[in-house]
Amino acid sequence: MMKDLTNPPIDRIDGRMKVTGGAQYFADFDLPNTAYCVIVGSEIARGSIASLDTKKALGAPGVLGVFTHQNMPPIPGWDAPVGGEADGPAPKPKTEETYRILSSPKILFDGQPIAIVVADTFERATYAASLVKATYTKQPTRTDLHKHVSDGVAPKGAEGGNYLRGKADAYQTAPVTLEANYTIPVEVHNPMELHGILAHWTAANTLMIYAKTQGVNATQQAMAQAFKLDPKNIHVHTEFMGGGFGMGLRTWPQETAVVAIARKINRPLKLVVSRSQMFTLVGHRPYTVQTINMGADRDGKLIGIAHAATAETASYEDFTEATVNMTKFMYACPNVSTRYRLVRLDRSVPIWMRGPGEATGAFALESAMDEMAHKLNLDPIEFRLRNYTETDPEHNRPYSSKHLKEAYQRGAEAIGWKNRKNEPGSVREGDWLIGYGMSTGTFNAFRWEASARILLKADGSLTIQSAVTDIGPGTGTALTMIAHNVLGVPVDRIKVEYGDTSLPKAPTQGGSAIVSAVGSAVYDACTAIKTELAGLALRAGGPLAGQQADELTLADGVLSVEKEPKKKVAVSDLMQANNLTVLDKTKDSKGGPELGKYSMYSFSVHFVQVRVNPQTGVVRVTKAVSVADSGRIVSPKTAASQMIGGVAGGIGMALTEEAIIDHRFGRFVNNNLADYHVAVHADVPAIETIMIDKPDPIINPMGAKGMGEIALIGFAGAVANAVFNATGQRVRDLPITPDKVMQKLA
Amino acid sequence: MNPFQFTRVTTPKAAITAITKENGTYFLAGGTNLIDLMKREVIIPERLVDINKLPLATIEKTATGLRIGAMAKNSTVADHELVKKHFPLLSQALNAGASAQLRNMATVGGNMMQRTRCPYFYDNSMPCNKRSPVQAGPDKGQANGPTGCGAIGGINRMHAIFGTSTKCIAVHPSDMCIALVALDATVNVSGPKGDRQIPFSDFHRLPGDMPQKDNTLQPGELIMSVDLPTNRFSDNSHYLKVRDRASYAFALISVGVAIDMKRGTIQDVRLAMGGVAHKPWRLTAAEAFLKGKPATEANFKQAAALAMQGAKGYGENDFKLTLAPNSIVDALKTAAKTA
Repeated sequence: MMKDLTNPPIDRIDGRMKVTGGAQYFADFDLPNTAYCVIVGSEIARGSIASLDTKKALGAPGVLGVFTHQNMPPIPGWDAPVGGEADGPAPKPKTEETYRILSSPKILFDGQPIAIVVADTFERATYAASLVKATYTKQPTRTDLHKHVSDGVAPKGAEGGNYLRGKADAYQTAPVTLEANYTIPVEVHNPMELHGILAHWTAANTLMIYAKTQGVNATQQAMAQAFKLDPKNIHVHTEFMGGGFGMGLRTWPQETAVVAIARKINRPLKLVVSRSQMFTLVGHRPYTVQTINMGADRDGKLIGIAHAATAETASYEDFTEATVNMTKFMYACPNVSTRYRLVRLDRSVPIWMRGPGEATGAFALESAMDEMAHKLNLDPIEFRLRNYTETDPEHNRPYSSKHLKEAYQRGAEAIGWKNRKNEPGSVREGDWLIGYGMSTGTFNAFRWEASARILLKADGSLTIQSAVTDIGPGTGTALTMIAHNVLGVPVDRIKVEYGDTSLPKAPTQGGSAIVSAVGSAVYDACTAIKTELAGLALRAGGPLAGQQADELTLADGVLSVEKEPKKKVAVSDLMQANNLTVLDKTKDSKGGPELGKYSMYSFSVHFVQVRVNPQTGVVRVTKAVSVADSGRIVSPKTAASQMIGGVAGGIGMALTEEAIIDHRFGRFVNNNLADYHVAVHADVPAIETIMIDKPDPIINPMGAKGMGEIALIGFAGAVANAVFNATGQRVRDLPITPDKVMQKLA
Repeated sequence: MNPFQFTRVTTPKAAITAITKENGTYFLAGGTNLIDLMKREVIIPERLVDINKLPLATIEKTATGLRIGAMAKNSTVADHELVKKHFPLLSQALNAGASAQLRNMATVGGNMMQRTRCPYFYDNSMPCNKRSPVQAGPDKGQANGPTGCGAIGGINRMHAIFGTSTKCIAVHPSDMCIALVALDATVNVSGPKGDRQIPFSDFHRLPGDMPQKDNTLQPGELIMSVDLPTNRFSDNSHYLKVRDRASYAFALISVGVAIDMKRGTIQDVRLAMGGVAHKPWRLTAAEAFLKGKPATEANFKQAAALAMQGAKGYGENDFKLTLAPNSIVDALKTAAKTA
């Protein structure tokens, strides 16, 4: 187990680069002779292309080609659906329909690419794209989940199975019961950086790719499959990403198409999609409706919970997520059943969005917990404590670590929970109603396989190498702290090289798993170096011969005996004496079988204070406290930043974010950043983050669990619960916009 | 974006000549709305006349009040000492609009000319009579696409409840204009037929059978300046904007209130609403009712009820029938400092 950190928290190592323009994002790369492409999207959501006129576009200045279903170059690996089984952490079950980009006149979703226009500049490609004219044969369009919710099917795979513990209908016979329906609208990741790719065939069968991907190895694999190439001949580079939030968790069909067209035109080809295309081409959080049935006894003990969720997916692919999972293990409840269904609509396929399904599910479960606490006239924290569980009731095994009680207590103190009145609508300041709310969040703590290489030079500098992409959370900073902690190299002598397939293989950045996975590989490689150094010092004739390995410490480039600090040797001297210019270790790291004996989760608790104007329905979050129980905190500053980002995202999810579809046309009406409301500065109050910072003894040598997802999971529920506490009115359909609140109070 | 010609002018006369010469010519001021519309191909100008060099950005005292040049930036006007002191409602309304970056670019004249945010207007594949008028056929420089009103029977949460027609239920999006109509502003325009003044309340129009026309400007006319008459409202003004997020969002409802108060009695009052009509909506009946009455919540409620006469919802925007009067009362209370 890693020792406690002795140095003060460090700033983000790439912060300066990012704010001074030194960091190069995929679209910043320019290659000689690059061509640019623009996608023309379908204006209908279901039907087929009746006619497609590309003549004018082909005649426009600088145009190099217009690619449609009639002339799309072949993609040799298209016997499997592109962007389907070829990539992503989870295989996607097939449905009756397949979507293969530019392969047929059939239209399966709004915005589906019907042409890709290539020109010598982006501006000329944009203009030519506007000259492509299509007519359509429309078919009846199904995009409204509410209307088709009864068409839900159980998806194949783990998420499709119904879960049952005890009796499914036990809640019905409880003395206090609750039934409530919750809705989450379509939300769109909308990172600041737009999606795209720059593809360059450097030789007939070798490919260089700059892409907006959360995993360079995954993109490499997907392209290898699509183009039947040896992965070794595909080089993918994504060092920086201007926000991912999940939209880069797979290789999207248009990326594959760009690679195919680049080969055809024999030039490097760049795609950067438009903001409106971010709503249709790179996934979204699926519209989901949920029903919770809950029963408790009068002492506040849960008797039964039934949680059913139905989510939208595409007609051509089943996207599943763990929406109902939290309900299975969060509370000590003897009778729990869950059900998860998908409705296949004429929509583009969803993808995980921060917190993914767990955030959707937590909104329902934690709202229901608040509703039940109110029915029982119990403080919501007290109600949760009465149903607290120290062991995982789903798998009947211990948690690897859980300090949620402490998180409840510290968060409650920080927000001033004692000022909360259990009677809703009872605190007023002028014309505004004041309320407090809280909610729990949880997410799997993963330990995926990853590798890393450490190079320690005789001059005392250290390089960390791993293919992992830093999508923004501060991965490089965390890896630096881990190496510093093991080898005592000052942080300003540590360099991180990442985001490139030439480096040791790493998983896709997602699932809050990277510090655990790649961090463990860094830890292992650093430990191997430390062992080797110790061996050189301790061996017969070595400078510390006769000492014991476990007595040695390594700090600031000096290896010394802990209790006799005078006995020491500089690492550089030690290496020189052994004719070593560099110590070079690569380690592949994964957890052992001991992990299977535990349930591993991170936990969070969110507290908010809101002000609600009863006349206008306006809700303002005036204070937010988020507490993370995610093991040892490796990099306190970037960890806190992740929590702050989660709160900002959570406020958007709770109050403002909703991608709205006109179901008559199956098209979005607010596919831009003026009308799709992410939270802005004025919506976000001062945020206090609290880290429990207690190492998990099981998961990995650092004792660190993930925190990217738990920063968001549960937050929307905390806001909804606070609005109820302020007003006595419950909004179960996100986002909680002024009209919904005002109408309930009218 | 389509190819277009670009001309820069330095005198109002040259500007007017340039826009009169050819159809499909548009003035380019701050460009914060026009460029968006060009990118979406809702407007496809043949020619842009850049008027940013016109000497029309002055803000000056006049014998009767304040004159604000049409090219003054929104942020400059909002921060101007005379505006803040004598016309705080205008300053507040301006700062409630758009984002800091947009306010730094947008001009007073351009703000008056901005088009609706109705999503159907912005999507050429969706029906819109404003973009693709039935009778007249598309103007040169204007995109077409299907006719009809997509918002009627569609997504109309943001839409009008007053002065609608069967052709169009779009709302005028400006915050600044709510303050200007409340403060009895006058618009000075210059055109091929000479100069004229337009009362602000007559500048914008209701959709009727010609939703493609947002205002009463004649062909070739250029907005020169806006005049604000001196008033006694500066102590009791308030701009309330109810919106989906705290900044950078269009109004669900906005209310501009300016009161001349003496010992708890309303000597005179101006009231206007945004987010409810195709033009800035002046609440004259409510004003007449409040004049001479004590500033009490009961009177505010009665005034709000009067203001709502004739309001009509279209489904998703029915909530405005309640939110609007609530907001009027809330804004009046704040302005009168009785809250």
